[in-house]
Amino acid sequence: MALELYGKTVSSRLLLGTARYPSPAILAEAVRRSKTEIVTVSLRRETAGGKAGGAFFQLIRDLGVHVLPNTAGCHSTREAVLTAQMAREVFGTNWIKLEVIGNHDTLQPNVFELVEAAKILNADGFEVFPYTTDDLVVGQRLLAAGCRVLMPWCAPIGSAMGPQNLPALKSMRAEFPDVPLIVDAGIGRPSHATVVMELGYDAVLLNTAVASAGDPAAMAEAFARAIEAGHMAREAGMLEPRDMAVPSTPVIGKGVFA
Amino acid sequence: MKLTVNGETQELDAGNLADLLAKLDYEGEWLATAVNGELVHREERAAHFLKEGDRIEVLSPMQGG
Repeated sequence: MALELYGKTVSSRLLLGTARYPSPAILAEAVRRSKTEIVTVSLRRETAGGKAGGAFFQLIRDLGVHVLPNTAGCHSTREAVLTAQMAREVFGTNWIKLEVIGNHDTLQPNVFELVEAAKILNADGFEVFPYTTDDLVVGQRLLAAGCRVLMPWCAPIGSAMGPQNLPALKSMRAEFPDVPLIVDAGIGRPSHATVVMELGYDAVLLNTAVASAGDPAAMAEAFARAIEAGHMAREAGMLEPRDMAVPSTPVIGKGVFA
Repeated sequence: MKLTVNGETQELDAGNLADLLAKLDYEGEWLATAVNGELVHREERAAHFLKEGDRIEVLSPMQGG
């Protein structure tokens, strides 16, 4: 079944970042092969009189995907709100991936400023995708602030460690059954993505694991398949693990030789 | 007058923000501008007069995750 995010429907459950690819052509190929319909982008100081940004803007437009601008690198509410406003000016979308970083080493969100910024942006007509921790109470506050999607981390950005706290991710799924939940940050390999999709997450956002792979386009497709497999398995209903063996072959009708 | 554009302080002669962008060869519908930490919309640039010491940010689309 398709996924709906702030009124837009997508069939791919992979959101792809656009940073760190070896070349624009490889980025474009990775996007095409992954079949992603949403890419994240950023805003930075223009140094080439508009030409550098213009070339990248054209590349993104040619991909024909939804654009999710981010506020990466912002460390305060004020900075994040201004960056979001500037992103809306550039990309002409109300979507914003809201990041307010609170720690230099872990790039952990500053959840207090995040909630504050989310309140301001939601009131200003933005559709906020908050990059948050896996904390339930923060999730509740973000929803109360008007967010209709949550994006918990599973490990620090770019770390490739994979899900570090499965019980927390499970609780979040159980607590917010009707809210689209997207795991953002920390996914390193396709099996990590499958695990979170099997937990019932709606989508996965990644960047470095694809962009820094030996063959980014092939890795993008590998992730797309892994995400689809995890989602399909969740929908199909999985066995719960048990401690003792259960014979899979029927016991009744077995030959007696003793 | 002294203006700081994207972190670099320069002696520049520009009446309004639109003039300044033209003078510095900035062009493109994809640019976003802020003066002293406040967004200045594209259509407001010509009416936004600059004064000594203003800090101007000119941002454009870049790769992001």
